[in-house]
Amino acid sequence: MRDVAVIGTGMTKFGELWGRSIKDIFVEAAERAIEDAGVDHVDSLYVGSMSPGLFVGQEHLGAVMADYLGVNPIPATRVESACASGGAAFRQAFLEVASGASDIVLAGGVEKMTDGADVIDVLATAADQEYEVYHGITFPGLYALIAKAHMHQYGTTREQLAAVAVKNHRNGAKNPNAQFRSEVTLEQVMGSTMVADPLRLLDCSPVSDGAAAVVVASLDVAKKLNKSFARVIASAQASDTIALHSRQSLTTLNAVVNAAQKAYKMANIKPADINLVEVHDCFTIAEIVVSEDLGFFEKGKGGEAAAQGLTSIDCGRIPFNTSGGLKAKGHPVGATGIAQIIEVYEQLTAKAGSRQVKNARRGMAQNMGGSGASCVIHILEAQ
Amino acid sequence: MITARYHREIPQRYRLEAGKCVKCGQIHFPPRRICPKCKGKTFETVQLSDEGKLVTFTVVRVASDKFSKQTPMVVGIVELNDGVRVTTQVADAEVDKLEVGQKVKLVFRKIQEDGRAGILCYGYKAILV
Amino acid sequence: MVGIVGYGAYLPRYRIKAEVIARQWGADPEAVTRGLQLYEKTVPGQDEDTITISVEATKNALRRAQIDPKEIGAVYIGSESHPYAVKPSATILIDALGIGPHVHVASYEFACKAGTEAMYVAYSHVKSGEMNYALGVGADTSQGAPGDALEYSASAGGAAFIMGRDKVVAEILHTHSYTSDTPDFWRREGEDYPRHGGRFTGDPAYFKHIMGAATALLEKARMSPKDFRFAVFHMPNGKFPMEVGKRLGFTKEQIETGWLVPWMGNTYSGSSPTALTAVLDVARPGDLIFMVSFGSGAGSDGFIFRVTDEIKNVQDRAPRVRQMLEEKKIYLNYGEYAKFRRKIKLNE
Repeated sequence: MRDVAVIGTGMTKFGELWGRSIKDIFVEAAERAIEDAGVDHVDSLYVGSMSPGLFVGQEHLGAVMADYLGVNPIPATRVESACASGGAAFRQAFLEVASGASDIVLAGGVEKMTDGADVIDVLATAADQEYEVYHGITFPGLYALIAKAHMHQYGTTREQLAAVAVKNHRNGAKNPNAQFRSEVTLEQVMGSTMVADPLRLLDCSPVSDGAAAVVVASLDVAKKLNKSFARVIASAQASDTIALHSRQSLTTLNAVVNAAQKAYKMANIKPADINLVEVHDCFTIAEIVVSEDLGFFEKGKGGEAAAQGLTSIDCGRIPFNTSGGLKAKGHPVGATGIAQIIEVYEQLTAKAGSRQVKNARRGMAQNMGGSGASCVIHILEAQ
Repeated sequence: MITARYHREIPQRYRLEAGKCVKCGQIHFPPRRICPKCKGKTFETVQLSDEGKLVTFTVVRVASDKFSKQTPMVVGIVELNDGVRVTTQVADAEVDKLEVGQKVKLVFRKIQEDGRAGILCYGYKAILV
Repeated sequence: MVGIVGYGAYLPRYRIKAEVIARQWGADPEAVTRGLQLYEKTVPGQDEDTITISVEATKNALRRAQIDPKEIGAVYIGSESHPYAVKPSATILIDALGIGPHVHVASYEFACKAGTEAMYVAYSHVKSGEMNYALGVGADTSQGAPGDALEYSASAGGAAFIMGRDKVVAEILHTHSYTSDTPDFWRREGEDYPRHGGRFTGDPAYFKHIMGAATALLEKARMSPKDFRFAVFHMPNGKFPMEVGKRLGFTKEQIETGWLVPWMGNTYSGSSPTALTAVLDVARPGDLIFMVSFGSGAGSDGFIFRVTDEIKNVQDRAPRVRQMLEEKKIYLNYGEYAKFRRKIKLNE
């Protein structure tokens, strides 16, 4: 497999984009990425999106976007892995270039969630329909089950969960594309409306519209273009049982552990060699559990680490979610995985503005589907 | 709710019928074609125990439209005496009296309705014993 | 010998007090409870209906009978609140309990006596030699119109009886039914709530038919009230069963054991059947039980049971109805009750 680099990125603001359709936002993001990359064509296109059929009645997004981006007849495919659709789309693009099948590939992600569908219902299709959702469980409900188990087993506290939301909002306030640009206090998080005990409104990522895209190319093409790029030094993916009740443990996400191990091996590095991580904080508890399963903190100590500020930008040991994470940046499901790559890229190319992590050399993006049934991890390195 | 889709799951939802791998003895609920543990393809039908304990639970206060009139709704994971875990509601629950580890029993209840004119869908829920 | 080989009841945990309903509609709570001799009633959970109640009651009956469900040849559920207008409640019950598919199934309706009909037909199939076991269930989650007198009493619950000839716990000695066209209480297709003829539901309906069936039954059996240890009558409120018993020559003591209505309400097709289970829970070998149901429209089914030695073996095998009536109650306010009973118009 040959070396692959991210050579250009583009995204829309994330939020309630009432006036714009799924096509509008994807084309905007893709166009920006292509322009940023400085290429005059792409060989193929991957679109990550969880449920365009249920959200806006449109499937066949690969074809739709290739058409509206004006790049017919290139091959275009929609990739789906629930909330890891974006990461999975990026992985497909990476593999296509790494294998030599193509030189320049666009990987984008998009979700248009505000057009009137029952969002709770649609998102629940990422869980086991007949044996979880049939009984009335929701996504906040599933993560609440994980939270309660984690609190019971390791003593993780309500305050520690809230600390994650506070940090991510502080970071999001510095992100011009974030859905929420205001900070929140610990009291506000702990006092927000209860959604599924113990998770409250401010523990949960929001409903968002948005699109993000990156252009990946072989290292040769990147070097010839004579612009900034970041090399993809690891791409890994793993799966776990669809139902939470079938997992080996309720407090460890094996798909994350597995994908992380493969990623570290591929890049030949350890967690200590990573300078920042974009993690899948669909709910505050997810960030805590993932921080342990990625190997940054001892099992059970993720909550403590968050509360102690070890994952903050300024005095942190390992900044998590400098973009604001899914919580503050927003979570247009299919776009998230790509937006994570964009944040890592901007950090590594010193374009992160007031969110900049000093001397950022290597960054990780961890994208996850459902209650952890799929996980895609990428590690990028500055040129 | 497409009626055929509902009808297929009746042995599981009404009678807790599971598949026990003949080769390695692992019990799968619902039954499967391939045992993830030993890759075996032969199973015998077994009926799960209807007694177990509450492994974890949450009180759902914001539910999908279908369940919106039933909140606060307690949903949890129950580990049955055969070691099999299921996700299910805890019925007639007095929310502040629930604790991880409590003994529960599965009973027959109406789980959902397909709107005003569609079919009624039944299945198991847990109650504290 | 043919009779009951297994019996079981089920009552939901929710309750609402008559005084709460009275206050809701501006009625005098004292006058209501005194007049009806009714203090509280059972309310089904949002996830409970005639089918779920029938399944749980039958589970208890199977625990007592200890037979293979596949040996049951017929299953009948009598109710006036079958969840489907077209699709029998018992098809769901048989699949839930592993009965069938070689089984006959039907739904019965006849206001409050649909349960005893199911029992009567189940018994008749075993008596005729057609099959070894048959199941008859009476269960309801009846509705009372808001602000109407029936709102105080319409409640939820049910009882199941497996009839057989092997290890009978209560032999059926005689039966008798008495029926005529009497429009005392009815519900037209599509209507949410039933209507009734007020005081017309008393003497011309309830009393006439119960006494008609009871008198004929006693004559048939050549017995008199004092021969019985227990008497069970349909219980629309606390007063009526005591009054009809008195008119027939039964004492308060004979009726008391099954007199669950002041705390259970009127479980319609489950009324006299659940009362019968309360009696069976404490009956002794040799006891004679007199039971007459009543269903508006109108008719009564009468039974004379003789308890056998086997009763001692089965009483403890499943929960008793008085336990369900008295323990783990969850009280609702009127708003919660209206929500549970779908009396609130939703935006559907």
